[in-house]
Amino acid sequence: MKLRHLLFPIIALTLATGAAAKSTELLNVSYDPTRELYVDFNKAFIAHWKATTGEDLTIKQSHGGSGKQARGVIDGLQADVVTLALAADIDAIYEHGKQLPQDWQKRLPDNSTPYTSTIVFLVRKGNPKGIKDWDDLVKPGVSVITPNPKTSGGARWNYLAAWAYAKHKQGTDQAAQAFVTALYKNVPVLDSGARGSTTTFVQREIGDVAISWENEAMLALKEFGREKFEIIMPSLSILAEPPVAVIDRVAKKKGTTAVATAYLEYLYSDEGQEIAARNFYRPRKPEIAAKYASTFPKLELVTIDGEFGGWAKAQKTHFADGGIFDEIYQNK
Amino acid sequence: MTNPAATLPQPSRRVLPGFGLSLGFTLTYLGLIVLLPLSAAFLKTAGMSWHDFVAAVASPRVMASYRLSFLASLAAGLVNSFFGLIVAWVLVRYSFPGRRIVDALVDLPFALPTAVAGIALTTIYNKNGWVGQYLEPHGIKVAYTSIGVFVALTFIGVPFVVRTLQPVLLELEPEIEEAAASLGANRWKTLTRVILPELYPALLTGFALAFARALGEYGSVVFISSNMPMHTEITPLVIITKLEQYDYQGATAIATVMLMASFSMLLLINLLQKWSRRYHRI
Repeated sequence: MKLRHLLFPIIALTLATGAAAKSTELLNVSYDPTRELYVDFNKAFIAHWKATTGEDLTIKQSHGGSGKQARGVIDGLQADVVTLALAADIDAIYEHGKQLPQDWQKRLPDNSTPYTSTIVFLVRKGNPKGIKDWDDLVKPGVSVITPNPKTSGGARWNYLAAWAYAKHKQGTDQAAQAFVTALYKNVPVLDSGARGSTTTFVQREIGDVAISWENEAMLALKEFGREKFEIIMPSLSILAEPPVAVIDRVAKKKGTTAVATAYLEYLYSDEGQEIAARNFYRPRKPEIAAKYASTFPKLELVTIDGEFGGWAKAQKTHFADGGIFDEIYQNK
Repeated sequence: MTNPAATLPQPSRRVLPGFGLSLGFTLTYLGLIVLLPLSAAFLKTAGMSWHDFVAAVASPRVMASYRLSFLASLAAGLVNSFFGLIVAWVLVRYSFPGRRIVDALVDLPFALPTAVAGIALTTIYNKNGWVGQYLEPHGIKVAYTSIGVFVALTFIGVPFVVRTLQPVLLELEPEIEEAAASLGANRWKTLTRVILPELYPALLTGFALAFARALGEYGSVVFISSNMPMHTEITPLVIITKLEQYDYQGATAIATVMLMASFSMLLLINLLQKWSRRYHRI
C-alpha cells in the first residue's frame, strides 16, 4: 500500500522533469551581489527570446563567492555562461579546466564586461568619523570593514583601489605597501565574501566604514534605509570590470551555444543596460549612462590593466601565497 | 591420501557465524566511505616535492592556525568533558519535570546546521547582543576573537560527551555507591575511587569525539571568528582559502598534516583508554 502512495509522486516527478527537459535551459553561474540583477535580467531575456524565436527558455542562477564559483565550473558544474567578479577567475577556468579558449575576453565588446562598478565607502549616517577619502581610513581609531582578498573578488578590488590611491599620491610602491598595511591594521573582521562584510557592517554594527562595491553599497542603502547609512565617494577609485563568458565546452555539449551567446549579447542592448543601471551597475552604453548620470557620480578611475598590468600580474604580486597581502599579516 | 579433515578449513572457534562475510563488508564499507577520500588527499600531496610540502604546511600563517585549532579544540573538549559529565549524571540519576525535553535539547547541536549555530552565537555575543552587551563593558570580547572560536567549538561538542556517558551511567548501579558508603568511604572518595574509574573509558571516548569534531569544524567558526591571519584563523579556513586560490596541493598538504595529527591523537586516546580499562577495573 505504501509503495502505491510513493509511486504516483515518482511518476509525476519523472514526467515533470521529462517535460522540462524539452524547453531549453541555461545555467548562469555568477558571484555574490548579482542575485537581484540577474533575476530582473533573466525575466527580460526570456520574454525577448520567446518574442524573437518562439522558444521557451528557463534560466537558472547560481551565486556565491567568485573564486568558489569558478572552482565549481572547473570541477564540472554545468554552467552555460559565467558572470564573475573578475577576469582572473575566468582565466582560472581556462587555465585549470580549458573549458573555454584563452582569448575569451576578446569575444565580447568592452573586455567582455557589459557593466562596470567601482569601489566606494559606506559609512553610518552623519559620517561621525568624518570620512572623506582613503587617507581617513588609515587614521588610528577608525575601524574599517573589508572582506579577505584571498577569498573574495570584491575584496581584491578594494585592496587594489587603496593601493592605487596611495601610489598616485605618494609615488612609490613602498609607500603604497605601507599605506595598505596601515589600512588592514584597522580591519577588525575579515569576512570571506562581500555579502558577509555588508552584514557585519550593517547588522552587527561593527566598524566605522565599509569598503564596498558601489552596487552593493547602493543596495544596502535601498534595503536598510538612507536614514542609517551614507555613501562616500573617494577622490580616486578603480574601475571594476566584472566579466561574462560562454563556457564553450558545456554549451557545445548541451547545444546551447547560440542562446547562451545571445543571452550575454543582450546584456549590451538598451534593455540590458537599463536593467544593469537600475540594479546599480554602471552601464557601458553612453546614452544609458547619460540617463543615469545622477545615480553614478563621476570620479577618477584607474584600470587594472593600466595600473597593475592586468589581473594575472596583480594576482601574483599581491594575493598569491607569499605575496604582499601575506606580508601585511605576517609582519604585524 | 591425506586425511580429508586436514584439507578442510579449520572449523571456526567463533560462536557466531559469518565473521568472514561481515568483516568483508566492514572493510569494503570503511574503504569506500572513509579511506578512499582520505587516500585521494594523500595522493594529491604525494605529487609535491618535499620542499613545497614544507613550505605549504609550515609557513608562519599555517603554524599559527594549527596552534589556534588544536588549543581551542582541546579546551572545548576538556570543558565539554567536565560539564557533559554533570549533564549526563543529572539526566540519568534524577527524574524531574521536563527531563525528556532537556534530554532532547542535548542533541540540538547535532541537528542544527553549523552555519546557523555560528550566526546565532555571533548575534548573541557581539557587542550589541544579549550576552555581549554585558561582557563588553568589562573588557571581555567573545565574538570576533579566539574566545569566540572556543565558544563555537564547545557548542558543537556538547552532545558527544553526554551521549557517550549516558549508557555507561545507566549501567552503573546506585547500589555500588551505597556499598562504598556502607564500607566507610566519604562522598569524595566514592566519586574518585568508585564512580570515576568506571567512567574514564567513556569519558575519554567522549572527549576524543568532541575534540576531533572541533578540529574539523568550519561552518560555525567562520562566522564568530574575525578570521584574521596569524590571530583568529583556524586551519580548516586556511585550507578553504588555499582552495579559493586554486592551490589544491597546498590545501591537501595541510589537510594531510591535520589528518596525521588527529589520527595519532585519537590513537593515543584509544591506547589510554585501554590502559585505563585494565588498571581501573574494580
